[in-house]
Amino acid sequence: MNRLNQLYAWLMLLPALVLLLAFTHIPALTTLWHSLFFPARGRRPSEFAGLENYRSMLDDAVFWQAFYNNLWYAIGTVPTSMGLALAMALWVNSKISGRAALRLAYFTPTMLPMIAVANIWLFFYTPEIGLFNKLLNSVGLSGINWLGDPNWALPSLMLMTIWKEAGFFMIFYLAALQSLNKDIYAAAAVENASPLYVFRRITLPLLMPTTLFVLVNAVLNAFKLVDHLFILTKGGPNNATNLLLYYIYENAFSFFDSNYAAALTLVLLTLLILLALVQFLLIERRVHYR
Amino acid sequence: MPTLTRMFSFTAAWTLGLVWIFPLLYAFWAAFHPAEYATRFDLFAPLTLEHFVTAWQQAPFMRYMFNTVMITGLILVFQLILCTLAGYALARMPFKGRSLIFALVLLQLMIVPEILIVENYRTLAKLELIDTWLGVGLPYMASAFGIFLLRQTFKTVPQELEDAARLEGCTWLGVLWKVYVPLAKPTYLAYGLVSVSHHWNNFLWPLVVTNTINSRPLTVGMAIFGAPESGVDWPVICAGTLIAIGPLLIVFLIFQRRFLQSFMHAGLK
Repeated sequence: MNRLNQLYAWLMLLPALVLLLAFTHIPALTTLWHSLFFPARGRRPSEFAGLENYRSMLDDAVFWQAFYNNLWYAIGTVPTSMGLALAMALWVNSKISGRAALRLAYFTPTMLPMIAVANIWLFFYTPEIGLFNKLLNSVGLSGINWLGDPNWALPSLMLMTIWKEAGFFMIFYLAALQSLNKDIYAAAAVENASPLYVFRRITLPLLMPTTLFVLVNAVLNAFKLVDHLFILTKGGPNNATNLLLYYIYENAFSFFDSNYAAALTLVLLTLLILLALVQFLLIERRVHYR
Repeated sequence: MPTLTRMFSFTAAWTLGLVWIFPLLYAFWAAFHPAEYATRFDLFAPLTLEHFVTAWQQAPFMRYMFNTVMITGLILVFQLILCTLAGYALARMPFKGRSLIFALVLLQLMIVPEILIVENYRTLAKLELIDTWLGVGLPYMASAFGIFLLRQTFKTVPQELEDAARLEGCTWLGVLWKVYVPLAKPTYLAYGLVSVSHHWNNFLWPLVVTNTINSRPLTVGMAIFGAPESGVDWPVICAGTLIAIGPLLIVFLIFQRRFLQSFMHAGLK
């Protein structure tokens, strides 16, 4: 009987497991394997390259630029969108007038595809007739070439990303706020604690697990979401907005060097696995107040 | 003093809210008015549907939408079946290596298929599934998130219910179907909405594996349509964008409470 149960369990797992292995675990390993070869050119089959792809990566200025862009992109978008998300959640969770409409307004960007959003924002950023420059002109400032100026292009992308993501993170904070114990707040009211004090000493610490969860997801998103680049900048001008995953795409499907793309993928995978470890250690250890 | 704080808070909240909804309202404005009003606000500007007509003629939206519906539906059906089976096995069936399998599943929460486009493209080419609905859907069907969510839900079902059903002569599958699945309805709903909105909006992987309108979903179609090379006017792009996001947006606006609750439900686990 016990044998039979084991068999049943494996049979139930089998379909999911096969697909998981085929599209996540095995490709992660073959990425490593393929990164050790040169691409096949013409009739010449692909040759073993050893670590050559990684060596050229170290010398590849574009890789480094995409890498640092991605770090800046994460630093520029994650804390701001999380801060806004928390503020939104607090507002929507309070007795503010019209909070259902407000919640809808905050959340709607999340429901729209990044491509659609980028199409709309592309027009805001357009130099001659774009809305942002019209606004600047109307207060007497000269316009900015938002997406064409290497100094402004990445911040412009960040701005749109913050707008797109904040409402999504708000949901997690809102869920956490609604599950908080009301007694503590009653006790704080009895003690006549000021709202700021309550927020700093009660709400914020109790939200810590959520903050960490959102943080990890936000950083993950900063590395895996590049849809808007296809519409807004294509990584330009002069790679000023190139991000790692977009550079992987370019190498694999525009430059047809899937082996170098594999080496790049491995770097990205390593980054994400490190992130997973950090999350695991932190969440397990420190942040539980329950 | 408290009223002043409240006033400030109210103003800040609503300013942010207006800024957040503005781009969408703006897209509506541009799409429904003649091109010369694209950057000029005038309450009495004439309304027009010409941009929608032009957009509709320039891209096969019906076909794209059909592809998107088929792809999202295909993914959802398989996800529900596969994740239910796997989630139940991981929640309630003792077998050797269970924690290892669970760890393998959790790993996919981090290493999402999006990142492995290069290798997954290779796999799909070998399976000759490039440019098919199945090809777009396959990497997402065994969803770690779904397995995890259902496992957590199944674990909260009282063991006594299962034992009672077993006494009545239910098989493993019978128990799953008659006891666990009905009790997990809120989770299924939550997961379903999150999954549909994610795959309706997904872009990079479909871009990689689709080549023609036979399988190209809305997002990829929209990117081609909106590309500067295609020389399409701005209001027409807005109209096209609205056509593309319309169905999901309408469903979202009607069931917004459900959507929000679902996202919260899924986020809490």
